[in-house]
Amino acid sequence: MEITLSLLALQLVTGIALGAIYALLAIGLSLIFGMLTVVNFAHGAFFMVGAFIGLYFMGLTGNFWFSLVLTPLVVGCIGLVTERFLVRPLYGRGIDYPLLLTFGLSWVLIEAMRLAFGVEGLPSSTPPELRGAVDLGIGYFPKYRLFLIFATAVVVIALWLFLEKTRYGLIVRAGSRDGEICRVLGIDVSRVWLVVFGIGCAIAGLSGVLAAPTRAVNPEMGIHVLAESFVVTVVGGMGSLVGAVVAGLLVGVVFALTSLFAPELAELSIFVLMAVVLLVRPQGLFGKAGLMG
Amino acid sequence: MSGMNEFIAFVRRHRVAASIAFLLVMPLLMPYQALAVNILIFGLFAVGFNLLFGYTGLLSFGHAAFLGVGSYLTGIGMVHMGLPWGVAVLLGVASAALVGVVMGYLAIRTRGIYFSMVTLALAQIVYYAFYKAERWTGGENGLRGIQVPKMEVFGFTLDFLNPNTKYYVILAFVAVALWFVSRLLASPFGAVMEAVRENEKRAAACGYDVDRTKLLVFVISAAICGLAGALRALHLSVVPIESLHYLLSGQAVMMCLLGGMGTFFGPFIGAGVFLTLEDVVTTMTRHWMAVVGAVFMFFVLFFPAGIWGSFMKRLDKSS
Repeated sequence: MEITLSLLALQLVTGIALGAIYALLAIGLSLIFGMLTVVNFAHGAFFMVGAFIGLYFMGLTGNFWFSLVLTPLVVGCIGLVTERFLVRPLYGRGIDYPLLLTFGLSWVLIEAMRLAFGVEGLPSSTPPELRGAVDLGIGYFPKYRLFLIFATAVVVIALWLFLEKTRYGLIVRAGSRDGEICRVLGIDVSRVWLVVFGIGCAIAGLSGVLAAPTRAVNPEMGIHVLAESFVVTVVGGMGSLVGAVVAGLLVGVVFALTSLFAPELAELSIFVLMAVVLLVRPQGLFGKAGLMG
Repeated sequence: MSGMNEFIAFVRRHRVAASIAFLLVMPLLMPYQALAVNILIFGLFAVGFNLLFGYTGLLSFGHAAFLGVGSYLTGIGMVHMGLPWGVAVLLGVASAALVGVVMGYLAIRTRGIYFSMVTLALAQIVYYAFYKAERWTGGENGLRGIQVPKMEVFGFTLDFLNPNTKYYVILAFVAVALWFVSRLLASPFGAVMEAVRENEKRAAACGYDVDRTKLLVFVISAAICGLAGALRALHLSVVPIESLHYLLSGQAVMMCLLGGMGTFFGPFIGAGVFLTLEDVVTTMTRHWMAVVGAVFMFFVLFFPAGIWGSFMKRLDKSS
């Protein structure tokens, strides 16, 4: 196969579309970590639950857009229940405990989906409005993948506006800087944590719905996704939203380009990228040096 | 009561002998041999993991890499290089330790929660590398054809096809490892490990090299998990690719916590409970992961000291 410039450019766009999903996943992880210093090991499982519930709603209503709105709400609610009843009792007990708990939760969620939808998984399809390809000038590109990039941009901008321009966003930012002071100022920090955990899970669910048409939907799909989203957060810097977006896209592009030049090394490449970042800049590209210390 | 207390103190003083004594009779308590061998191997895996997590306070999610490398290199040594099995086991342990050096060097640059994520991701490198190296590892199908031939030892014939023989040969390795771990924990170095867990900064202020301690424990832990892997290869006579997957690292975490992290015998209790639970639940439902996951969450929430850990605490209080 001859590698032309337009093929390279096309693969670059493919990488960005893939990276969009990674970015969304990492944003959810980073948001929760930045606020609660909890690593959500069930993040991949929430992504998987999102994909299943999304397909279920799509089958029920026949409308992709409907499921795109409803699924994050449902997954977000599962997140709220998780924080309130499972994670909250563990605050102040050491950072490992929420991590262990969410790992156990991921097993339960995987089996719950197996029970509800079968062990084989569900067939997924691209919504009819987004089928086909468009000419980008460098070649034809699937419409749905362009939509992925667009949708991620919308979520990122909405989240940014929420965090930077609203009163509630101000509280969230203050809470992640210093929860103690917030409490002194009369803010109910535990409720803010609850909401942030819910939003993080909702974003994971959303990325599940969005990713469903591009990959096999089965109960195990979240297992590898979790490892990949860890790579993105480590590369970008834990707790940094800008880092999550940049690293997500970077990881997507690295994966896409390696699968063009050396397909058998594609899965490995992103982990090697992480190892290199760890050697050169252990706190990640956008991470603060002190945060992990 | 004083007789009881003396007995407990005696058992504590001779924890290695007591553990081995229990493991010697364990096959009699189990419904079948394969389960007992599994508990033995995964117990050792959890013991190795416990050195790092329970005693040094570092939660690794990458220990499947060491179990897997131990298994694969033992298998490759026997199948592709034609090494005798004893040498192949050594090769497996040494390779696991070597992977431990590299992974540890990268991972201890990070702290806290980061450490768990990084070890998980680094272990996935090993997973994909072995997955793709099909010529040596059999890729998705795993490595097959590991046969331990009949041996003559001091006039006895050891046949690995006899489950009893297999159990006690593996136990001999486990016993040596347990003795080593017990010596390590009782040594000044063991005290430094616990100091690092309790307060890293204070340990550093006392003049101990924290990073070197962590790396050394990481490598020792990797070697012990590698030994567990090597024994597992002999036991199964195949190496499934799942041996390297991070879900297996998660199982080590679960076993360690269920039994009691930072206790000497806890990992075996944890492995026993985990595997017996899996065994019992699978006869009733396919969805055993849900039950084990829920039990694990229950322990994290209400019994973080684990079964053996809680039991020991109770003993300490009553005596």
